[in-house]
Amino acid sequence: MDFAFFLIQLLNGLQYGLLLFLVASGLTLIFGIMGIINLAHGSFYMVGAYLAWSLSSLTGSLTAAILLAIPLTVILGMGLERLLFRHLYQRDHLYQVLLTYGLILVFEELRSLIWGDDVHGVAVPALLSASIPLTENLSYPVYRLAISGVCLLLAAGLYFLIQKTRLGMMIRAGASNRDMVQSLGIDIKLIYMLVFALGIALAAFAGMINSPLSSVFPNMGSQVLIICFVVVVIGGIGSVKGAMAASLMIGLAETFGQVLVPEAAGMIVYVLMAIVLVWRPEGLFGRA
Amino acid sequence: MTDMLLDASGLHTFYGVSHILHGVDFSVRKGETIGLMGRNGMGKTTLLKTMLGLARPREGLVKVRGDDMTQAATHAIARRGIAYVPEGRGIFPNLSVRENLVMAARAGVDGRREWDFDRVIDTFPRLGERLGNGGAQLSGGEQQMLTIGRALMTNPDLLILDEATEGLAPLIAREIWNIIKIIRASGIATVIVDKNYAAVMALADRSVILVKGRVVFAGDSGSLTGNPELMHRFLGV
Repeated sequence: MDFAFFLIQLLNGLQYGLLLFLVASGLTLIFGIMGIINLAHGSFYMVGAYLAWSLSSLTGSLTAAILLAIPLTVILGMGLERLLFRHLYQRDHLYQVLLTYGLILVFEELRSLIWGDDVHGVAVPALLSASIPLTENLSYPVYRLAISGVCLLLAAGLYFLIQKTRLGMMIRAGASNRDMVQSLGIDIKLIYMLVFALGIALAAFAGMINSPLSSVFPNMGSQVLIICFVVVVIGGIGSVKGAMAASLMIGLAETFGQVLVPEAAGMIVYVLMAIVLVWRPEGLFGRA
Repeated sequence: MTDMLLDASGLHTFYGVSHILHGVDFSVRKGETIGLMGRNGMGKTTLLKTMLGLARPREGLVKVRGDDMTQAATHAIARRGIAYVPEGRGIFPNLSVRENLVMAARAGVDGRREWDFDRVIDTFPRLGERLGNGGAQLSGGEQQMLTIGRALMTNPDLLILDEATEGLAPLIAREIWNIIKIIRASGIATVIVDKNYAAVMALADRSVILVKGRVVFAGDSGSLTGNPELMHRFLGV
């Protein structure tokens, strides 16, 4: 493996990992703060991708489609929190799994009704469609670099929000003692709604920006969901920092696995998960 | 009545099927200090939680500053100037001392900002030395100071202290009592629940005794201290 080839795989692995982080961070936040196991999280990734495809065919621009789709997914997240998820906070995980599994089916059916069952491609925005030549016949697409950059910015923003702002302090406090937060005059329901909508919007946004690379197809959410649960478990349930570390680990392991040991590529991430769990049953950054 | 901060009447509260409060009346005026006494399991904490919206009464009325807030959300009741220091403290162990205080900061009902981060640290210098520590790394007394300091950050007109000195070494407990005196002197009304009845009555303008979810005494603390028979019957001392 020469250096340019290695570099491409490295960048691909990081880009894939960062994208996984966007989806997994919402999943782990919603679990860590509200205690909800959201099986439908992958469906929001799918909704994001389909919105990006349909709105970009309408407007002729992926950027415009994304700008339109973000508020739509925030509204969707807030609406679902208000209508459904709010009633799950005090309930057993079994109810959460049942309801969110039901939501997967509903979203797939709605997707089939609204958008059909075909596979669609989304064009890379013209501005980012160039490639950076690395050697005579190897080059790296600018769009992938742009995705990585945007993901890094969002990750930094998320870190700042949760660790440095008062809202972030309230969010973390809500994870430890809901009643006490309310007794201090803070509307915990509103905070939960915001966190939920944020998690949903991050997953949908990941689907949007990845749509030119992945294309848009039925059941695309479930693949992402499974790998994101692996990320959450490896990183430590509820830990955003852990989600970042685990996303990058999985992104790199899967990318290099496909190149180096293609026969075993499908199981590498699960072997990795097993090793981490034997070593640290709570995950990398889990609370013991 | 404009100086009435909290006025609860005829409260009946249940936990599941157990009937905890049997028609309790309880009120606090501006600047007043009330001692709420009674043995374990008599309904003191349930009464406090009912007035704060953390437990819902099946019957009865909770008025805050004259408005019916019986069914209001806890945060809305707190925003009317009531701060709560719960039994078992309720600090956020996953936040630092500084974050525990900063996250609660808010102006009082009339926009007052008498209590801010600096004043709380002046009042509790021990917290100032431990700002970067996680809430869980503090001693029991420091946790209690943090909870009281955090409550003050909301600039309340009424501070409710449930077992503020429970489980603390006598010296630390005395420190907490001194702080409660400072708070009382600053004009904030207080409701004090504590096992140290003598200390409560020495501070309280009025005392209320609960027995099995009923008010059996409500009146001047002075008339209670002068009546050892009453003390023995209701409090077992």
